[in-house]
Amino acid sequence: MTKAEAVEKLTDTMAKFYAYSGKHLPDDIQKKLAELSAAETNPLAQSIYATMKKNQELANELDRPSCQDTGAAQFFLKCGANFPYMGELPAILKEAVRRATKEAPLRHNAVETFDEYNTGENVAHGIPSIFWEIVPDSDKLDIHTYMAGGGCTLPGHAKVLMPGEGYEGVVKYVLDVMTSYGLNACPPLLVGVGVGTSIDTAALQSKKALMRPLGSHNPNPRAAKLEELLTEGIDKLGLGPQGLGGDHSVMGVHVENSARHPSVIGVAVNVGCWAHRRGHIVFDRDLNYTIDSHTGVHF
Amino acid sequence: MAKKILTTPISAEDIEALHVGDVVYLTGHLTTCRDVAHRRLVEEKRALPVDLKDGAILHAGPIIRPMGEDSYEMVSVGPTTSMRMEKFEEEFIHETGVRLIIGKGGMGAGTMRGCHDCKAVQAVFPAGNAVLAATRVEKIESVHWKDLGMPESLWTCKVNEFGPLIITIDAHNRNLFEEKKVIYNERKEKVFAEICPQVRFIK
Repeated sequence: MTKAEAVEKLTDTMAKFYAYSGKHLPDDIQKKLAELSAAETNPLAQSIYATMKKNQELANELDRPSCQDTGAAQFFLKCGANFPYMGELPAILKEAVRRATKEAPLRHNAVETFDEYNTGENVAHGIPSIFWEIVPDSDKLDIHTYMAGGGCTLPGHAKVLMPGEGYEGVVKYVLDVMTSYGLNACPPLLVGVGVGTSIDTAALQSKKALMRPLGSHNPNPRAAKLEELLTEGIDKLGLGPQGLGGDHSVMGVHVENSARHPSVIGVAVNVGCWAHRRGHIVFDRDLNYTIDSHTGVHF
Repeated sequence: MAKKILTTPISAEDIEALHVGDVVYLTGHLTTCRDVAHRRLVEEKRALPVDLKDGAILHAGPIIRPMGEDSYEMVSVGPTTSMRMEKFEEEFIHETGVRLIIGKGGMGAGTMRGCHDCKAVQAVFPAGNAVLAATRVEKIESVHWKDLGMPESLWTCKVNEFGPLIITIDAHNRNLFEEKKVIYNERKEKVFAEICPQVRFIK
């Protein structure tokens, strides 16, 4: 395979996968929504879950994006230092989004700031956003794709707390976002919480927390405990689907963390809506790939 | 129970018969209208290119597929966060005479006043269900302000039993989300008190 052929193959695969991820929810999200729907006792909430199920069936049948807000594209890369096409990736991912937008079709969601115009291509300065981690001694490329919709992006909050506020302050911060912005963000939500030192470290972690599969836990037992406490606690608020009331509020709460300066606790909250359009694909150096977010998908 | 269907033009009497929590469907005309269109009318004082009197708007930015000259297909359409339009909505209702505002999530005191004074309601279409909504659109009849791009243009659609629409602000000064919020905040205090003793990791 020449380099040009490899670039084309990567672009084509990513365009198809990105478009696909706007029409089909990942396996873990589908499973969780079915569980929440089956457990729901509130009649209005039950009818909303039934509407959601019908919509996903229609999206599949008619081959259309299940939600009209197909988001601003975000990619979280773990790129092996020896992956042969590392330098080409920014251009490849941008072209993949451009193609997916035409072919799916996806909504044009990239507005240039200050000049204030929609580019009409769904790509612009800094969109797609690409977040890099370089993995030493690896030749693989691991990508999480995410369609960051407006509704679920809007509740995003980050703040630096004083240590005297403690983890109690973190809990209060998360709960306040849930009852103010959370109910408008299409619950049941996946809630990502970042705990670190500054707003930027906390914010990135809160988004990476949304890339973790449902049912996974933070390896730190106390952080895992906080995930569990917040899940139970936010469920007790009873936000229900669309925030109109129901037995549950969330699909899960994921906490990611890093160390902090002794004087501060950085905290951030990011949420994913029920239509959590995340994908996960891993390429080897020959561009063979595996997709573990959506079973049985191959292009 | 039979489906309750509102048909445009919607009368003040139709609106007065509605209460928060009711579920209705819309047949007739529906125009997408969101951030910049509200801003143009209210702040820039530009007349809307569509007559909304006794009509319905949807806070939404759809995915449209062009099908040739002046012909379009509605691919996916669903509501966006209505609270973004709160700043403009009271004046918008007064200026346009719109009766039904469909969106996502709650709206505030201005919209409540507008709904009460002009006999209008806000309703929620369960968001994220954009293909279901698109299948209730029979035809895109016109598009205006295309300079705003696909999401922000005003797409006027002919719809048939578009819904379910859950009434969240009625013309009788009730606001379902605000009432729910009071309950959620009470529960939050209790939840916070329960969790706190279990997260005292700094000792």
